[in-house]
Amino acid sequence: MNIHTTPQRTPAETALIDAFSDRLSLLPGDGTVMLKRDDAIEAIKSGLPTRRIESWHYTDLRRLLTTVPDFDPAAAPKAIAPVVEGSAVLPVLNGVSSTKLPEIEGIAVQRLSEKLADGSIAPGLDPYGADDAIGALNTAFVADGYFVDIADGTEPDKPIELQNLQAGGQTHVRLSVRVGAGAKAVIVERQAGEGAALVSSVSQLLLEEGAEVTWLIVQEQPDTATHLAQFKAHLGKDAKLTLFVMNAGGKLVRQEVVVRTTGEGADFTLRGINLLAGDTHTDVTMVLDHAVPHTASTEVIRNVVTGRARGVFQGRINVHQYAQKTNAKMACNTLLLSDDGEFSTKPELEIFADDVVCGHGATVTEIDHSHLFYLMARGIDEKTARGLLVKAFVAEVIEELDDEAIVEALETRLDGWFAAHG
Amino acid sequence: MLEIRNLHARIVDDGTEIIRGLNLTVKAGEVAAIMGPNGSGKSTLSYILAGREDYEVTEGDILYNGQSILEMDPAERATSGIFLAFQYPMEIPGVATMEFLKVAMNEQRKARGEEPLKIPEFLKRVKDAAALLDMDMAMLKRPLNVGFSGGEKKRAEILQMKLLEPKLCVLDETDSGLDIDALKIVSEGVNALRAPDRAIVIITHYQRLLQYIVPDSVHVLYRGQVVKSGDKSLALDLEANGYAGVIGQAA
Repeated sequence: MNIHTTPQRTPAETALIDAFSDRLSLLPGDGTVMLKRDDAIEAIKSGLPTRRIESWHYTDLRRLLTTVPDFDPAAAPKAIAPVVEGSAVLPVLNGVSSTKLPEIEGIAVQRLSEKLADGSIAPGLDPYGADDAIGALNTAFVADGYFVDIADGTEPDKPIELQNLQAGGQTHVRLSVRVGAGAKAVIVERQAGEGAALVSSVSQLLLEEGAEVTWLIVQEQPDTATHLAQFKAHLGKDAKLTLFVMNAGGKLVRQEVVVRTTGEGADFTLRGINLLAGDTHTDVTMVLDHAVPHTASTEVIRNVVTGRARGVFQGRINVHQYAQKTNAKMACNTLLLSDDGEFSTKPELEIFADDVVCGHGATVTEIDHSHLFYLMARGIDEKTARGLLVKAFVAEVIEELDDEAIVEALETRLDGWFAAHG
Repeated sequence: MLEIRNLHARIVDDGTEIIRGLNLTVKAGEVAAIMGPNGSGKSTLSYILAGREDYEVTEGDILYNGQSILEMDPAERATSGIFLAFQYPMEIPGVATMEFLKVAMNEQRKARGEEPLKIPEFLKRVKDAAALLDMDMAMLKRPLNVGFSGGEKKRAEILQMKLLEPKLCVLDETDSGLDIDALKIVSEGVNALRAPDRAIVIITHYQRLLQYIVPDSVHVLYRGQVVKSGDKSLALDLEANGYAGVIGQAA
């Protein structure tokens, strides 16, 4: 005889379910969108994922999400300068997009609230897989964001920065971007703010044939915020995506990266830096599907762990049966600087094709003492020398981006973190 | 300037004693060559002078300008004017060479109570020093020593030595890996640093380097001790007759 018991709801689960009833009348959406919201809140009612769910094994969301703040309509985040000087900025403040949209040639920008109201964004609200808690949370509550359409062949001369800024409370935002055939763009996804917030943010990117995008996620939430984010991309024929993720803040962070190559010749690069301090938990989970032949991917993740911080990288690469000639390489390197910090890494390769090159590796190291000795032997004191070496460990990944303005801008963010946590 | 008294030192990890009662005095303005067969403790001595933690001094003392340096960490020794040109300079990915030079020069200036160098002055010094050593500035844009050939690494060491203007220079097998042209350039670089208030200790296996940097004194190291000292003719004698004769006398 089986006894099936539903565990008691946690305060966070209860708060989310109650918040949904309260917010329902304010949420934009046509009939289809509202049905998807219903499905999503049903998924949350069945419980937040625990360590028993494989993809959440290292981030027991049910246990870690202890409180959920109320929505705060009065929260007013401060405007911030873009990461790369001169970028076109599209701000979402406290979950609300701007009515004043910049005019950029070849780029159409629409407020996401409109796309929800007319239902045209509905197909994108579907969850991926069975355990998509972040997708469900976002679909239930998302009220705004942007839809950006970059026309075929457009090459904007400056980056576009999508800013998601909070000042406490809850915000649920969606950033959806289509990049037309042959178009080439740099997009910065900025996640920041202040206060004890719950943020869910889902980014969706569609790359048409031959499109080339560098997408930089710069996450600098305060150590009082829970940041649950998802980045989903489809890469068409000969499309090229370089995704750079920098996690440098947040109390509880999960950044999911879900990428699918759908056209031959597609090329995906993931470069990630996790700078972990204090008593925080940061999880980067990637699911990459090589769904067609002749596609390539490389992933390099570098982590710096200090204090009592905990980090996770899960990298799953699925090579489908017909995806011959796939070339996939993944590496995760961690610099563990404290006895109380920890980092868990789980690479997974699931390969159904027989003519592929796939590999993965993971290392956990401390600072190389011979390097430290060399720097000190030139008169650099121990603290400064350690700082140089730690920065070097992650800066290598940034320098690979090979664009001077971007490299410089990201190194400035890096210096900011080291100044605050060195 | 440098006085090593009855120095005994061992490897921390396994306790092997490498330096066994070494005595050596080097005066200001002097160029001293330390020669010896493989395994005699030459490189270990250089590391101990620079303060590497893998070695532990168990007896004796090292005096630099009359003060013991044993309690000083490598950075303190460097800022006080001791410089080691490494036999195998480390490759440090991610640390830009120029950034490293700037930090090192300014840290040393800070320790001496001087203002940091302004960028144009810093660049000028680096350019001038690089030109003397026939080094391409493009090389210095790369991460520290990464992808440098053996000869380029040795030049980069001498470049650092010129820029940091130390008082006690220790050159560990600086000639290894250098072709004859590079050897001449590096030697000229070292000779240009000879000064009445500076001492230079050259550690080498072969006499070759000493044709270009002529030493004032030559010391033979064997089994962790200086077994014979002499003038530059001792180096020629070693070249002609090998170490066996000298070591035989000592044993």
